[in-house]
Amino acid sequence: MHPIIKLVAQRLVLGILLLVAASILIFGLTEALPGDAAQAVLGQSATAESLANLREEMGLNRPATTRYFEWFGGVLTGDLGVSLTNRLDIAESVSKRLGNTLFLAFWAALVSVPLAIFLGLLAVRYRNRWPDKLISGITLTTISIPEFLIGYVLVYFLAVKLGFGSALAMINDSMTLWQKLQSIVLPVMVLTLVVLAHMMRMTRAAILNVMQSAYIETAELKGLSTFNVIAKHAFPNAVSPIVNVVMLNLAYLVVGVVVIEVVFVYPGMGQFLVDAVTKRDVPVVLACGVIFAAIYIGLNMLADIISILSNPRLRHPK
Amino acid sequence: MNNELEYLKKRVTEGKLSRRDFMGKASALGVTAAAANLMMADAVQAQTPKKGGDFKIGSVGGESTNSLDPATYASQVPFHNGKQFGDTLVDVAGDGSIKNLLAESVESSADAKTWMFKIRKDVEFHNGKTLTAEDVMKTMERHSNEDSKSGALGIMNGIDSMKVDGDTFSVTLKDANADLPYLMADYHLIIQPNGGMDAPDAGIGTGPYKLEANEPGVRHAYSKFENYWADDAHFDSVEIIVINDATARTAALQSGQVHIINRVEPKVAGLLGRAPNIEVTSTAGRGHYVFIMHADTAPFDNNELRLALKYAINREELVEKILQGYGSVGNDMPVNASYPLFDESIEQRAFDLAKAAEHYKKSGHDGSPIILRVADGAFPGAVDAASLFQQTAAQAGIPLEIKREPNDGYWSEVWNVQPFCASYWGGRPVQDQMYSTAYLSTADWNDTRFKNPEFDKMLLEARGELDTAKRKEIYSKMGRMVRDEGGLICPMFNDFVEAHSTALGGWGQNANQELMNGEITRKMWFV
Repeated sequence: MHPIIKLVAQRLVLGILLLVAASILIFGLTEALPGDAAQAVLGQSATAESLANLREEMGLNRPATTRYFEWFGGVLTGDLGVSLTNRLDIAESVSKRLGNTLFLAFWAALVSVPLAIFLGLLAVRYRNRWPDKLISGITLTTISIPEFLIGYVLVYFLAVKLGFGSALAMINDSMTLWQKLQSIVLPVMVLTLVVLAHMMRMTRAAILNVMQSAYIETAELKGLSTFNVIAKHAFPNAVSPIVNVVMLNLAYLVVGVVVIEVVFVYPGMGQFLVDAVTKRDVPVVLACGVIFAAIYIGLNMLADIISILSNPRLRHPK
Repeated sequence: MNNELEYLKKRVTEGKLSRRDFMGKASALGVTAAAANLMMADAVQAQTPKKGGDFKIGSVGGESTNSLDPATYASQVPFHNGKQFGDTLVDVAGDGSIKNLLAESVESSADAKTWMFKIRKDVEFHNGKTLTAEDVMKTMERHSNEDSKSGALGIMNGIDSMKVDGDTFSVTLKDANADLPYLMADYHLIIQPNGGMDAPDAGIGTGPYKLEANEPGVRHAYSKFENYWADDAHFDSVEIIVINDATARTAALQSGQVHIINRVEPKVAGLLGRAPNIEVTSTAGRGHYVFIMHADTAPFDNNELRLALKYAINREELVEKILQGYGSVGNDMPVNASYPLFDESIEQRAFDLAKAAEHYKKSGHDGSPIILRVADGAFPGAVDAASLFQQTAAQAGIPLEIKREPNDGYWSEVWNVQPFCASYWGGRPVQDQMYSTAYLSTADWNDTRFKNPEFDKMLLEARGELDTAKRKEIYSKMGRMVRDEGGLICPMFNDFVEAHSTALGGWGQNANQELMNGEITRKMWFV
């Protein structure tokens, strides 16, 4: 078998084992939290009688292991079950929320990744001169400010004062793509500002590292322009660390944006997961947790594979 | 000048400014008498409801775990959902009286033990079915039977039997209760087809708006129900948008994406009110923020210590700093002047360090720290309020120690479990219900463990007493008893602070629940 296919297969199996382990961990931790779904739903209005009735209805009286294996069996047959609290089909509600999260992450990535790499290249081209310093200064500033603050500032000045973009990033099925995009302009801007610096700095560092090599000097001596040297000779050899950072940031855009979701009232997965944890809705927490874990593992695997493919030394191991 | 005129016009429509005053003030602003007359006519015309428009509410208190099943309602968004698609038999009007919704008339037997609700005819459910008294009975059964997990279960257990006779639904109680209609106005008791036995969370009722989209934790959309039985709903569509973040909520109102918001933070209310096109409203309600002691657990089983703590809290300061003035001081009773039959002559307890120190000394407490548990979620500003309490208590020589608890799990692990903690009560429409819910010895939610047989006896006596003068006297005695012997420290009653766009007309006061008791979509309109 080709070593790369073997490697991918190995990684896949490991990834699945990791997912199972994650689901056990998530289940165990949610169970360990004080209180259960029945108490959380009834809250201050709980009575002993209504608690007992609700527990019975939710099936919380059965042992934890039984509930876990029931859930696991369901997942194997493609059934995520129904939410404990509102009896809605989990697969349906999660897929809607996941779709929203991916929609926002996709557009944020589409703006931020090329922009970060371009700015990184630009910074190398004008290394230690004012464009480099300006780019670094601005991106480092925006990554240092808490994202909710950037969000509020943009909402106040752009949405409230100038009427640009919308303070609420509500999207739903009845909207056209254009309306949806208008609605998510501000969160996309904030997310871009947040992830830009990390990717930009890594691009700059990785390329500068390569720029020290002898073959770059050769290229320069051949008479290529600086930008061509960077784009054609330095960049391909610096792909591996850049891809790793890009993947980390993509993962962040999917699983780490709950604060932005709250600020812009965006109906994504983050808020969904937080609600489910507060209400101890174990099947929903499991579904969200496993999806997040899968995205993380998947993106990291992809980063590894791309690094290997881009590096002949890793592609042909001795 | 324009803003000023707009403001004057608004005062006219709200009935706060007479015609003569309006003309006077308008001409002072340089408006001719004829123009002022015209404006006056405009302003008055704005008072007649106009039909149409898409109304958007930005509300706190919605989660992706919310269900449409009325039995599970415990926060603001589900409450408003119920008000759109459903109706209760009766409701509490702005003046605190009972008004009929699905019940055409309400009568009781002379001993207030049997109550008859005549059910309105020709009322249609959103699924096309016609409302019958059977549906009403099934609904009440679902909320009170032994499998019930309803939030209304606690108030339903005084019912002995129910029956249907033609179009009349009647309830027989174990003990007389002159306030039964107020119990039936509870927002959980939405009448559903077949009582919701088949599909409790279908969102089908007899209300003015029909469910179009149900995305828990995100939004709930409704459209006008063609065959609605009453004519008081004016909008074409209603959308409830869940905005849990306070800053996002005000931004949404300011940028015009929603027309009304609830829970405006007191500290921004003043600023928000200055914005053009936005009106901030404040409604004195029955909700109160409290510190509760278990009167049967050491050291709080000592009334001297309880009194010491009651005197050691600076109520005025809390109202000023925690509520920013949007509220009123409490008197260690769960009731205030917003309740019918309240005795205003009961003396207000004042901040008195000398008395606090004296009672503390008498209590013989060993000087070990008294632990007060709080969380931000107990009530807005709870942690700050506890710190202020700690400081004033220290001045009286009482060692309070604040233990901060996580919001998560606060209502299951701390409240009603730990002997001294912060909490809130939303209030109830009548004194009887407030006392029965939390101060009767046997009440499930007796979170101060106040157990006094004499008090219980008076409560039952007042409940069956149809003579209001006598009732008021009993309630007065009960109030004093809780104030002087109970485990409740009630420093303040909070107002409902809300804000709406000036494009809306029809705002009115109803202290029963927030946002005009949820009637904004039935009472307001676009001018």
